[in-house]
Order: sequence, then structure tokens, then C-alpha cells
Amino acid sequence: MPKFAVIVFPGTNCDFETVEAIRKAGGEAERVWYKESIKDFDGVVLPGGFSYADYLRAGAIAARQRIIEEVKELAKEGRPVLGICNGFQILTESGLLPGALRPNKIPRFICRWVHLKVRDVNTPFTQLYEPGEIIKMPIAHAEGNYYVDDPSRVRIVFQYSDKEGKITEEANPNGSVLNIAAVANEEGNVLGTMPHPERASDIHLGSEDGLRLFKSMVEWVKR
Amino acid sequence: MKWKVRVLVRLKEGLNDPEGRVIGNALKNLGYKVENLKVPKCFEFYLESDDPEKDVDEMCRRLLANPLIHTWEYTIEPVK
Repeated sequence: MPKFAVIVFPGTNCDFETVEAIRKAGGEAERVWYKESIKDFDGVVLPGGFSYADYLRAGAIAARQRIIEEVKELAKEGRPVLGICNGFQILTESGLLPGALRPNKIPRFICRWVHLKVRDVNTPFTQLYEPGEIIKMPIAHAEGNYYVDDPSRVRIVFQYSDKEGKITEEANPNGSVLNIAAVANEEGNVLGTMPHPERASDIHLGSEDGLRLFKSMVEWVKR
Repeated sequence: MKWKVRVLVRLKEGLNDPEGRVIGNALKNLGYKVENLKVPKCFEFYLESDDPEKDVDEMCRRLLANPLIHTWEYTIEPVK
């Protein structure tokens, strides 16, 4: 059974929920303290939270820890690396994903459900979605405003949209360029997402749309 | 040799600075004619180094700034 490491830094949250979502999706998962090693795992997830209290910039300090060198090795081997929220910030800060996550356009913490349009189903994380499908997941962040100098060169995976799938300014919660909510690296095996799939992995939470992301990841490793 | 270092990290021109905008508006509400307020980050520290210019520039590139969105400047003075 594919085994995933869920890395825990000081200030991480949603790690237990992420482990639970991976198990529900048919994989094995274990929380790994950032001072330990992830060498024996098939993939890795950097969950949400406020690593090092978001001091300096969100994700900046975590991105310079030794375990991130191991994450880079794992990514280079083509294994799946998923960053959720603070994990996304860590992935951009470490250079594993292009761009930067800046404070929200209106500088306050946002916590609410959003609609997303699935733009790329050719990644290990989205192969079970339909192209153009509209899904529902929650966001919870103060620094989710995605910026990149040349968005045409970025592999966009999810975009903030309205219920009908229209990409409008009103549907953009944080000011991200081109309503970008999730991006992948060129190879597709590293994904950063501001919306939280683990918080949308059970119908009792309000949506199961996020569970398919973990199922995609687990099935992709099984291949 | 020991140095006193002060680094200022700024958002690149043209990038929206929401914190600056809110503080600028608060000053405007107090009646001041404030425009284009920015909030750079300032770091002050002592550094033991034989080549402080090289080390400080490297620190900015590697951690203190994000070169995609920031510019930086610094002053380095010898500590007597």
C-alpha cells in the first residue's frame, strides 16, 4: 500500500485530518516530525498551518529546514509532493513551485468555502476529476494571493470561479493573478493548493470533492 | 571582524502592498495628505565576517527577501 509522509513543523495544523483523508482514500499515512527523515515514503504532503508562526514570510523558515532537501530529492525522483495552504507557501519559498504567495488583497484572514474550476487533469493529484469540472473546497488563509511574473508559463491546476465556473473578479477571494488557486510544477508531480482538500473529504464536512485529490494521488502511486 | 548591519527589504515597485494601503488610509483619516505608503521590513544585527558585503547579499537572496517580489538595500558599519 502506498505510504505517504505528512510533515509536521512547529505551528503545522490539519496534519491529523490529512492523514485521515489519505487513509480514507486507500493509502497509508504517517505524521513525520520535521527533524526526522522521509526517505522510505512513496510521497509527501506538507499540510496547512502557520509554520514558525509565519514569521518573516509565510513558509519562509520551514522552506530552509533540512527535511526540505529530502522533499526536493523525492520530487526529483518523480514522486508526488503535495503542499496544502501553508504547504503551498513552503513549496514556493523553497523553489519547488514557481511564484510567491503574498498577503491577501484585502489584508485579513479569509475562511470560507469557494468554488474551483479544474484546469489540469493530467497530474497525479487530479486524474480522477473531469476537465473543467466545478468543485467545492474551503480556504483558510491570510497570505494566499498568488503572484508570478509570467502566468502563461505556469501549470494552473485549479482556478477560483463562481458556481457556474466563470472566472470572475468577484470569485477571486484573495487577489491571485488569473484567479489561480493551485499550481503544479512542469512535470506535474509537485502540487500546491491554497484550498484545503482534507477539509472537503467527507460529506459531513460539507463536501467530498477534496477526497478525489487524495484518491488520485494514491492510485497514481499504485500504478 | 565585527560589523553592525541594517537591511531594508521592500516590495518591488508596482506590487500591491495591502498593509501599506491600510496604514496609509488610516493616516489619511487622521487628516494627513499621505500617498503611496509602503511598509518595508528592517533587519538589524551584528555580524562576524571577513566579507560582510558578500555574506549580507547572500543572506538577502537566501532568506531575508524573496527575489521574485522584493528588492533590498543595506548598510554595514564596523563595530569599534
